[in-house]
Amino acid sequence: MDIVVLLKQVPATEAMIGIADDGKSIKTDDIKWVINPYDEFAVEEALKIKEEQGGTVTILSVGTDKTVEAIRTGLAMGADNGVLINDPATAGCDSLGIAKILAEALKTMPYDLIIAGQRAVDDDNYIVGGAVAEYLGIPQISLVNKEEIVDGKIRCNRTVEGGTVVLDAPLPALFTTQRGLNEPRYASLPGIMKAKKKPLDTKTLSDIGIEAPSPKVGIAALRMPPERVGGRMIEGESAQEKAALLVKALHEEAKVV
Amino acid sequence: MSQGVLAIAEQLDGAFRKVTFEAVSEGKKIAAGMGCSLTVVVPGSGMESVARDLAKYGADKIIIADNAALKEYTTDAYANVVADIIGKEDPAVVILGATAQGKDLAPRLAARLDAAIAIDVIEIKVDGDSITATRPMYGGKLLADVVLEGTPKIIATRPNAMGVLESDGAGAVETVSADVGETAIRFVEKTMESNKLELTEADIIVSGGRGMGGGDFAILEALAAAMGGAVGASRVAVDEGWRAHSDQVGQTGKVVSPNLYVACGISGAIQHLAGMSSSKVVVAINKDPDAPIFSKADYGVVGDLFELVPAITEEIKAIKG
Ligand SMILES: Cc1cc2nc3c(=O)[nH]c(=O)nc-3n(C[C@H](O)[C@H](O)[C@H](O)COP(=O)(O)OP(=O)(O)OC[C@H]3O[C@@H](n4cnc5c(N)ncnc54)[C@H](O)[C@@H]3O)c2cc1C
Ligand SMILES: Nc1ncnc2c1ncn2[C@@H]1O[C@H](COP(=O)(O)O)[C@@H](O)[C@H]1O
Repeated sequence: MDIVVLLKQVPATEAMIGIADDGKSIKTDDIKWVINPYDEFAVEEALKIKEEQGGTVTILSVGTDKTVEAIRTGLAMGADNGVLINDPATAGCDSLGIAKILAEALKTMPYDLIIAGQRAVDDDNYIVGGAVAEYLGIPQISLVNKEEIVDGKIRCNRTVEGGTVVLDAPLPALFTTQRGLNEPRYASLPGIMKAKKKPLDTKTLSDIGIEAPSPKVGIAALRMPPERVGGRMIEGESAQEKAALLVKALHEEAKVV
Repeated sequence: MSQGVLAIAEQLDGAFRKVTFEAVSEGKKIAAGMGCSLTVVVPGSGMESVARDLAKYGADKIIIADNAALKEYTTDAYANVVADIIGKEDPAVVILGATAQGKDLAPRLAARLDAAIAIDVIEIKVDGDSITATRPMYGGKLLADVVLEGTPKIIATRPNAMGVLESDGAGAVETVSADVGETAIRFVEKTMESNKLELTEADIIVSGGRGMGGGDFAILEALAAAMGGAVGASRVAVDEGWRAHSDQVGQTGKVVSPNLYVACGISGAIQHLAGMSSSKVVVAINKDPDAPIFSKADYGVVGDLFELVPAITEEIKAIKG
């Protein structure tokens, strides 16, 4: 079973995000970068499947020099190879463009299963997984919190509003991760040592024979969400009094109950 | 030339999801802004009787794509049928709800149609043929105004972020026999938690965190029930096994936008805020006056949630009479 994990490096979720001077991008000076948490679930699930069924786990990413760190972390968790597409021309791509590049790269690699995150928690786009599957013409199942592979078929539990749907798809297929799928392992010290020697290929767009697709979606402006001005503390002598004042405010002022 | 707005309706067991009315209402606004008409596609099986209701929200034309294979959502059957209809109708804008289904279908359509796409949109501005969509990024730490080029433009609206507006549409109904084409994905079964209000659709959410001290959420259930709301949880409450994963609100949980969010015994970590910061009104109940959640709340109450929550439930019952 050859498994490819699509991995994006993103700012740590606790990072303070500021807007850069161009008004369209973020300040990156003091940011700590990590593997997108949903892609961490993807790495873990790929390793579990490999442990049961044998095969290889490859990490594929479109990124920059610093993305090497995230891929190495995946290799230290136990993945076998890394492929980094590092080309300044990808900087202007939108999500469909990134998906097209990933799909072209995938066409040059063996894969039975592709695992992506449901979304990258930087731009929260929710696009790349489904678009890659479409470009490759393979089935996709998204928001998966349980999977099982039997006889060349994958059976997934997909979370939907208010419940779970069970779906089958023949391999090769792509699925995207949902929390609850697994608890990602930490990279062990020997794992980190081994990772240094594992193959990590860096490619440019011309290596995979594609030009940067021109974007159809562009950020015109980033802004801070409106601050909550309320911040009113409800004071009172007893729980009963506070409760009464709160409900009065919610009823008469905020009009939400 | 591409023109018109096409909304995609979403049904569960023959009934429309609330987000469908939101997307159709928003579609009507876009159509009005562009001076064109609104068509709604209803993929499903046996949807004739309910489909007519969409005229109330401004549908000028309703296309029922009927096929037993569309009763349950599967990516390939839906993508094939909807892409076919989009091909024939040639709309300038396609709008749908950013649900589990919408988030699965929209990227597939965008890749097939080579269309600009934005998911989880909370605001749409139309200026002639140009559309700017506003969507949260970085877990709601920022809002991005994104411009979509070319046609069609695909927009998936975040549930509960847009209002439902009634307006008149001609509502001409047309039923087409939908060809699902070649499909690989098979629906096996589904299990729905019956009569449980879905968090992303709830108008009111009462959430509990580590401060609950255990899996007994009865006082939160009672408050939620008194207000007609749903119960959510912080990641700690889920990790402790007190609540199901599907109840988790936050960066690695659900993103919710209720009218009222009541955080009980939740400190207000940035990853939790990522899931609820677009709530219209936030109430924080915490015994620690320095809890960060208070700076993100409209109303804060310092105290023991085990005393406050039951008292609030009584007050709510009193005003509801
Ligand atoms: C990658 C990543 C993703 C994450 N995703 C999420 C996510 O999706 N959702 C999420 O919630 N978290 C998420 N987290 C975890 C997050 O960082 C916090 O750890 C978590 O939100 C804290 O949960 P809590 O507020 O319930 O617990 P705590 O931070 O421990 O807060 C408990 C609060 O309860 C109060 N309290 C205690 N007893 C009482 C009482 N009797 N009455 C009133 N108040 C009381 C305390 O004063 C305290 O403020 C994520 C973390 C990471 C690193
Ligand atoms: N630059 C990238 N390189 C590799 N995978 C990516 C990249 N961007 C997104 N992905 C994958 O697509 C998923 C969804 O991302 P997005 O559509 O950006 O929210 C991520 O969780 C990754 O699995």
